[in-house]
Amino acid sequence: MQNDDVIWDVIRHHHCSYMAKIQTGNFCRNPYNVTGICNRSSCPLANSRYATIRDHDGIFYLYMKTIERAHMPNKLWERIKLPKNYMKALEIIDKHLEYWPKLLVHKIKQRLTKMTQYRIRMVKLSKKVREKIMTVPRKEVKRESRREEKALRAAQIENVIEKELLERLNKGVYPDICNYDEEIFNKLLDKNKEEEQEEEEEEAEVEYVEGDYELEEELEDDIEDMGDFLKANNIDDIEGDEDDLEEQPTRKKVKKASVSYPLKQDDGTEKVRRKDKKVIVEVERDEDIGNRQHNVM
Amino acid sequence: MAKEKKRKAAEEAVDGDDYIEREDKKPKKQKLILASQIKNKEKRSAVYAKLKHEKRVEKRKKIKARDAASKQALELGEEPPEKMVPRTIENTRELDETVCRPDDEELFAGNDADEFSAVLKQQTAPKVLITTCRFNSSRGPAFIKELLSVIPNAQYYKRGTYELKKIVEYAKNKEFTSIIVVHTNRREPDALLLIGLPDGPTAHFRLSNLVLRKDIKNHGNPTSHEPELVLNNFTTRLGHRVGRMIQSLFPQVPNFRGRRVVTFHNQRDFIFFRHHRYVFEVKEKKEGLKDKKSKASQGKTEKKAIARLQECGPRFTLKLVSLQHGTFDTKGGEFEWVHKADMDTSRRRFFI
Repeated sequence: MQNDDVIWDVIRHHHCSYMAKIQTGNFCRNPYNVTGICNRSSCPLANSRYATIRDHDGIFYLYMKTIERAHMPNKLWERIKLPKNYMKALEIIDKHLEYWPKLLVHKIKQRLTKMTQYRIRMVKLSKKVREKIMTVPRKEVKRESRREEKALRAAQIENVIEKELLERLNKGVYPDICNYDEEIFNKLLDKNKEEEQEEEEEEAEVEYVEGDYELEEELEDDIEDMGDFLKANNIDDIEGDEDDLEEQPTRKKVKKASVSYPLKQDDGTEKVRRKDKKVIVEVERDEDIGNRQHNVM
Repeated sequence: MAKEKKRKAAEEAVDGDDYIEREDKKPKKQKLILASQIKNKEKRSAVYAKLKHEKRVEKRKKIKARDAASKQALELGEEPPEKMVPRTIENTRELDETVCRPDDEELFAGNDADEFSAVLKQQTAPKVLITTCRFNSSRGPAFIKELLSVIPNAQYYKRGTYELKKIVEYAKNKEFTSIIVVHTNRREPDALLLIGLPDGPTAHFRLSNLVLRKDIKNHGNPTSHEPELVLNNFTTRLGHRVGRMIQSLFPQVPNFRGRRVVTFHNQRDFIFFRHHRYVFEVKEKKEGLKDKKSKASQGKTEKKAIARLQECGPRFTLKLVSLQHGTFDTKGGEFEWVHKADMDTSRRRFFI
């Protein structure tokens, strides 16, 4: 026979496996408990007429148990699906629990309220975009840092950058870098002049200068290193051509000289080989620089 | 039994074998005990030391022979024997069929039609929006300040709690050309998200080894001239695309008077970022110092132009984690390239 008081006595004073005692009080882990507190009126085991609301997949169900079915634990709990609308759910609760103790009905309605609130919040959160935190196994982290160190050592970045800059200088990308040494520049000027005079005396061989593409300007700042292929084949980047079309009007078309150390573009300091003895070289004038010397055969 | 052992030992000693072999009962050709397999520590270390010594002696002999041969060849006026090239990981890199070739028409056509062509052809000036993840702390703001000085025409906006997709829309309305999101993890900038606009790809990089300007010794201070770009070693198609994406952050017309260079150097899939100011100098180098014997060549000074660099600005490494087609959309977007764990299995395989 079902006697609630006896059950409660036994449970409370001896052992209930659903009870969880923590600092603030006694709580009940039983999934059918309405309030969650271990209480004489809230214990689903010690009340033969009891009701709860449970949630399954976002849908709320009203569960009821009556003493008539106490001997059939299999069919003990009767469940009714509650609509998602809060007001309608309240009405249905009222309808089914019409003649039940008011306290229990009140607690059930409170529970329903809370559950609707947290359901709304869950839906809102899932719509929001949250950052997902992913962990990386320590082995991988260490491996990456090791590889990075070795790659850094293999890269020799400073050397590569310096080489690249010098190459660009040699190609003549920089028209007006003005931080060279004045003396040395002049010395080289003189030396080249001497050489020129010597050359004029002897029969100079025909020197074939590299093609006209050198006269084009390279305005780009960024020549991607596609391995050595591009340079080997002397192919300008496509971007170079396009840039030429849109060059700034203020820039003068300077003649490129493939010299290694006269750092400033100038006429007199060019190496001999740029001037072809047997061919008239037409040069566009730089407005700043003084008169050019033409060698005309 | 003992007599047999002794006899064998005597035989082998007579043969003049290695000390190791005496312990071996089987004929010497079949089994050679490694030094590491000897259990006795003293003996093991002695054997190992002997081994190393032998190796070192051999190596020195080889080097001497090589040097002598090359010197001889030089004296005789012949060509010196070929220098041996050391085997490196870059030499032995796995063959990648996506490496860009210089004569690839498809590549150039692709370049014209891709998302960066507008900026790269100077039709639009690049305008960069920098922002952070939701919680920004410690080194993040300092890093962002330095980034602002490196990239011309960049602006910083606080993140607030906006969703990234909303930020993308906002930036599109204000006509930005790219967004950089600096992500912080454990009080350190950890990842960089580069989003091209209006519908450019999204590149997710992992950031590591960040060194701020104040921590660099003898650092320089960058000016506001437009920098030059150097992009090294972006060989494959993926690398080319990433390279163009990086290129589209910077203005295409550098101001050479500023003598500022920004480098993105790719080595083994790590992209190293450096920011320098450079100067060209003429350096005198005495020739003939190597060859002490020929006095005739001494005293001749050759002038060479060199470039000197002064580092300014931050220093960091990037590693590409994923490249997604279209603006930021992790769930619905199409990923062009994603790093997976089994890409790391081979030490000679790189993707950028």
